[in-house]
Amino acid sequence: MTQDLVVTVIYIGYAVGMLMTFGTVLTWVERKQAAVMSDRIGANRAYVRIPFTQMKLIWLGLFHGLADGLKMLVKEDWKPRTYDALAYSLAPWVVFTPVLLVFAVIPFGGMLEPARLFPSLADWYGGRSYPMQISRIDAGLLVVFAFSGITIIGSMLAGWSSNNKFSLLGGLRAGSQMISYELVMGLTVLGLLLIWGTVDLDAMVRRQSGTVLGVLPAWGVVLQPFAAILFMTAAIAENKRIPFDLPEAESELIAGYYTEYSAMKMGLFMFAEFIEIAIIGALFTTLFLGGYNLPYMDDSGFRFPGGHPIALSHGAVVVTQLLVFLAKVLLVCSFQILVRWSLPRFRYDQLLSFAWKFMLPLALLNLMVTATVLWALQGSAR
Amino acid sequence: MTVRYARKRYWNERQLGRWERAYLPEILRGLALTSRIFLRNMGKWITGRKGALTTYYPEETRADYAPLNRGKHVLTQRPDGKPQCVACNLCATDCPAKVIEIEAGFDPSDAAHPKFPLRFEIDYSRCVFCGLCVEACPEDAIRMAKETPNLPSGDRHAMWLGLDELLQWQPQRDPAKRYPSAGAGRSR
Repeated sequence: MTQDLVVTVIYIGYAVGMLMTFGTVLTWVERKQAAVMSDRIGANRAYVRIPFTQMKLIWLGLFHGLADGLKMLVKEDWKPRTYDALAYSLAPWVVFTPVLLVFAVIPFGGMLEPARLFPSLADWYGGRSYPMQISRIDAGLLVVFAFSGITIIGSMLAGWSSNNKFSLLGGLRAGSQMISYELVMGLTVLGLLLIWGTVDLDAMVRRQSGTVLGVLPAWGVVLQPFAAILFMTAAIAENKRIPFDLPEAESELIAGYYTEYSAMKMGLFMFAEFIEIAIIGALFTTLFLGGYNLPYMDDSGFRFPGGHPIALSHGAVVVTQLLVFLAKVLLVCSFQILVRWSLPRFRYDQLLSFAWKFMLPLALLNLMVTATVLWALQGSAR
Repeated sequence: MTVRYARKRYWNERQLGRWERAYLPEILRGLALTSRIFLRNMGKWITGRKGALTTYYPEETRADYAPLNRGKHVLTQRPDGKPQCVACNLCATDCPAKVIEIEAGFDPSDAAHPKFPLRFEIDYSRCVFCGLCVEACPEDAIRMAKETPNLPSGDRHAMWLGLDELLQWQPQRDPAKRYPSAGAGRSR
């Protein structure tokens, strides 16, 4: 029992630490990537001076995220004279918390056997093994959608309780946009559910370590390339980033539903957005990019198509899986930032008609084709 | 009854082709463009070259300053090294930003120029570099160099320069702004 607790606490610490680090580092990555993309240098003036010396650590402007956080913390926490102070102060947390909770079901590594990893712990742990995932729930993907649905309530709550017409408009926009794209997101994933027959995220990752047609890794992006594009688009829209950042369109709505928020409450909204980038990266990695595994890799080592299997030690596998997961998530995050700094914003009517008239039919079509092909294949097998 | 708002159509309005209407290819083209630039610049940074057009001011200065750029002020000197300024206060009067401060001194031993500046200070945190002081000066005692060496600072008190900094310029070594030497003046 204690053993399980120790492992779970370590997992939670790792996950929260990783998400917070991603949230902070992504602000830096976003600034720097945007700068490099547009022939600029990027923010690099914030520094940490080593006490009692004149040595200033700049580290490519890595401390700008720190400076931002500090600024948010010490700013005046201004409150509007609103009729619903409780909802007003609750809203940032309703946005922020589900974003963290989503990660509870995302596997960031394969099976961990502490006894094999640390021989000194062998007699305490015995033969126990733990999937590297905070909570192994059979309904993993459903939990993801359930939690990310709560975020909508938070942004609408913020828009409603701010007592500001810009906020209200932003909240309405956020609500309708997120509900529309949530639908598309769910429908795109249905194809994968049909193929793998499970909503357990860890089982999905395990199904992806095989091959299709003998050569290609059985990644979701290979099986459902169309769904991958649709999912990515819907996920960016769900996160309300440019090209879909209509709820917080600066030129028309100031900052949308968080116009009236200041200091760390506003910081929580921003932080939630950046963590959600990482969450989307993790989700996309898990569903479409083979999760924590390299191609042809599973918990025992590599198994190349037609070649000899290469066995790896347990420690090597665990470290590889953790690192590969981080690298893939960072890559997908970087892609989202690339999209954000490349594409122009939609108009609001375009945004909704894009969801309902373009993406929803395509997602349904994708689902239909997948179902038909699967039916044909399984029919021939039977 | 619904009223459809008809957007004004222009005679030279660009018509989207079928390929552009398909939307996704154009999006991918745009993403490819930006990621190509990203990779190019990133490659430059990684191999130790500069991958940006930005001049990293003040650590770097632009090479293409105009020859007549109005930069930091210099006080011209007489051949004996004293400032040519006669502390007439015309520049300080003319200065729109009111950044020049002069305190005059009296030197009875120099019969030709008995009045000289004890203090001549310019507050560069407020200077607008308009050059009116140069135009106002009857003695050609103040000029402006092309560059602004050592001027940028994080501390506004460090930008209040006095006689010792402004007299750094050596007119004898500047071919563009030649100082009439004592010998040349006598032969003319």
